[in-house]
Amino acid sequence: MARMRLDLKRNQLGRLVPAVVNGKRQVPYKGVDEFVATGRQAAPPIACAANFPGNGDKRVKSLAEALERCGLADGMTLSTHHHFRNGDLVGNLLLDTAAKMGRRDLMWFPSASFPCHEPVIGHMEKGVVHHIEGSMNGPLGDYCTDGKMRGLGVLRSHGGRWQAIQDGEVHVDIAVIAAPCADPFGDANGVDGPAACGSLNFALADSLYADKVIVVTDHLVPFPAIPWQIQGNHVDAVVVVDMVGDPSKIVSGTTEVTKSPDRLLLAELVARFVRDAGIMRDGFSFQAGAGGTALAFAIYLKEMMKKARVKARFIRGGSTKHLVEMLDEGLTDYILDGQTFDLDGVASMRDNPRHVATSPFTSYNYHGKGFFGSMVDVVVLGATEVDVNFNANVVTHSDGRLLHGIGGWQNCLFSGCTILAVPAVRDRIPVIVDEVTTLTGPGELIDVVITERGIAINPRRLDLLDAVKGKDLPVRDIGDIQREVYHMCGGAPIPPRRGGEVVAAVKWVDGTVIDSVWKVART
Amino acid sequence: MQMIGEAGRRGDKVRSDCWVQVEPKTRGGVKLSVTTQVEAMYGDAVRATCIRTLEALGVKHAAVTVEDHGALDFVLAARVEAAVKRAGLGEGRSYLPDPGTGFASPVVRDRFRRSRLYLPGNEPKFFLNAGLHGPDGIILDLEDSVAPPEKDAARLLVRNALRCVDFCGAERMVRINQGERGLDDLDAVVPQGVQIILIPKVETAEHVRAVDARAKKLAAAAGLKQAPFLMPIIESALGCFEAPYIASASPSVVALTIGLEDYTADIGAQRTLEGRESFWARSVVVNAARAAGVTPIDTVFSDVADMEGLRAACIEAKGLGFEGKGCIHPRQVPIVHEAFAPSADEIEKARRIVLAFEAAEKQKLGVVSLGSKMIDPPIVKRALRTVKMAEALGLLAKGWRKRANGPTKQRGRE
Repeated sequence: MARMRLDLKRNQLGRLVPAVVNGKRQVPYKGVDEFVATGRQAAPPIACAANFPGNGDKRVKSLAEALERCGLADGMTLSTHHHFRNGDLVGNLLLDTAAKMGRRDLMWFPSASFPCHEPVIGHMEKGVVHHIEGSMNGPLGDYCTDGKMRGLGVLRSHGGRWQAIQDGEVHVDIAVIAAPCADPFGDANGVDGPAACGSLNFALADSLYADKVIVVTDHLVPFPAIPWQIQGNHVDAVVVVDMVGDPSKIVSGTTEVTKSPDRLLLAELVARFVRDAGIMRDGFSFQAGAGGTALAFAIYLKEMMKKARVKARFIRGGSTKHLVEMLDEGLTDYILDGQTFDLDGVASMRDNPRHVATSPFTSYNYHGKGFFGSMVDVVVLGATEVDVNFNANVVTHSDGRLLHGIGGWQNCLFSGCTILAVPAVRDRIPVIVDEVTTLTGPGELIDVVITERGIAINPRRLDLLDAVKGKDLPVRDIGDIQREVYHMCGGAPIPPRRGGEVVAAVKWVDGTVIDSVWKVART
Repeated sequence: MQMIGEAGRRGDKVRSDCWVQVEPKTRGGVKLSVTTQVEAMYGDAVRATCIRTLEALGVKHAAVTVEDHGALDFVLAARVEAAVKRAGLGEGRSYLPDPGTGFASPVVRDRFRRSRLYLPGNEPKFFLNAGLHGPDGIILDLEDSVAPPEKDAARLLVRNALRCVDFCGAERMVRINQGERGLDDLDAVVPQGVQIILIPKVETAEHVRAVDARAKKLAAAAGLKQAPFLMPIIESALGCFEAPYIASASPSVVALTIGLEDYTADIGAQRTLEGRESFWARSVVVNAARAAGVTPIDTVFSDVADMEGLRAACIEAKGLGFEGKGCIHPRQVPIVHEAFAPSADEIEKARRIVLAFEAAEKQKLGVVSLGSKMIDPPIVKRALRTVKMAEALGLLAKGWRKRANGPTKQRGRE
């Protein structure tokens, strides 16, 4: 696909980034807390109750009719949320419907995409979809990395997506919100109905700022649908369908802890660090995802907290049954939950007032008056690569191919102690390298890298270096671990080739561009 | 006879391994075709290792295909060699990659042998991080965990692994096969400095001596300072009756252990958790070992999901006189270490004995006494070992001698 040569600029971290992305001028990354935006927030058009049924019944017969009423036209931006993960049916339904209506050149703006969205490739080939701004993995990721998408991909964090909508950088024409439970007025929540998923807060910004909002549900209840996580007062139309998502793929029946001995070893080491560095103490807070190592870490930490009789003030999730148990057992005052992964999590959010849903606005939005992510004492994250200056990559493999989205990862880097828990090597691919393939997070925010071969502490953190003195922890220089792995792998790897054609831009939390994703030739 | 030779593993789920196919040709040189998961980072290195291996083996004309999933050099070399040999080629010499850290570890008689972690000899992905879990010993297994058609390939893999993999100071052991094949296994592993040979299904002292003689010959030829020690495994009724002779068959024997799956099959009983059917056999092993002055080590606990059961089994084994247990999963290792750690009582007693011993030495007294009791040399020796283990485990502070009459400091894992 022929593409105009992009004007590239070098940013503060030395990365080449496009000056214009999908027609919009960009600011290259300037450093942490260096770029302070000015201006006012975007806002949707003023609405009038005169144009809506007084009885509060906004139902229309089909999604096509709803889109028609909302004035769907070529070139519009359509958004969906990813609370259903790989069980989503509405993303495909939306684009299939738009295609049938003969629409073209649309921008799809999901809060994240999953392998189930592979059919969107067909829509891109046919010109229905112009490009996607949002995480892309699996087949969509490959399509983008191969340079086949007409526009540039744009990868944003959860907070960054809110910031982009709020600041008017992305103008959502029509937001389509899949709701496990809704009323005819358009109030919606994710805690009831067969496709229950927890909260709907990845769609919150869309409901507040989009020009038009459509709620699609398979579980209609008479007004009011309580809790109203999405307020019907922002909604233009409500559509009832047979199924909004596949429950078996939305939440798991129960979250299993990893059985991998290497991941368990790593998780235990991370928990020991958090304990021995003095971070675990009464009233502290932590965040851990639902990924294998992070979940196992939480379980080890739980045992240590019990032994030391320590109670957390709040725990941020990804919530799972294991986090819910900690709340029920009195090991934390609150769970602040961005995304729910299993049925126990959903039930707890519904029934326990101390299990509170948070949104990308409260948790992660950098263009606000503070955000929770920076208030957490310790967070345990993953990464695909880290370099010797502690910069890290989560969006591509070391072969440069798009792996998955950023999620809340960039936003979490602002925590009191950011720990990347990673294996030192993955099948002859060293994880600690001289320079990461795609820079997603700056080293100055990454405090500790913990591998099964040792713990590397960022030299900036003199306080942490001090705290671990005399404790029985395998603290090592990050270069040391790198060299050990290089030796194991038979020498230093050939560094990644960057350059050629940009296929996607990676945004930082403040909307600046921190790196580019380059086209990768298929072998 | 020449034919297409294949070795290794294929498929999307393969990790840290590769698949190699060698098709002998009559002319045209060696055509190598490699697809690798690490093309960008190590593609050239992968090709170089394959070529080096083929050249050393003297392969002149062949079509060689490699599908690699992140195999390290030592694995690539072993898989290529296995495929070459299966193709009926390879009269040359083996390419042995550079030795890694731990290759020249000395063979030591007296060391902790609480845990030994079994690693199936044909699964290289388990080798790489095994040492990080801290077992006292690792066993690269050529016997029961390797399917018969793969034993030739496993031998090469284990040989290379002994040479190249860093096991973080764990004692490097190999369980050889039975019979003649087992003796041939020694040819491959002894020159790489294996520290302990586990001999399966031993029923006679002659068997032990045959292994010993061959190992010593190989060690001498390789210029090694010390031949490997031996750990016979008793796995049958006859083995139990011969146990005392097996344990004392050679000064190279350092430990005796038992395999209960085969033993219970041999006596026609069902293996139970309670273990009544194997109580006698295990006692025999303990007694035979002690009579010969070697260490008795217990068998493995097969239920990897049952950590409480493992702990109970270790405590029971310790109660019978065993000093260690086999492990089949890395997460069993810390539990085994905890369970075989000396208790606070034992440490306290040992402490006092050691102090009495050191006081007696200082005063050049011939006899060690504690209160009104005389302490025999074997007891002193055991107390010294207990104290040493307690110090190593952090259950006894290093400076404990200075606070001679103070309480034992218990730090442990909390």
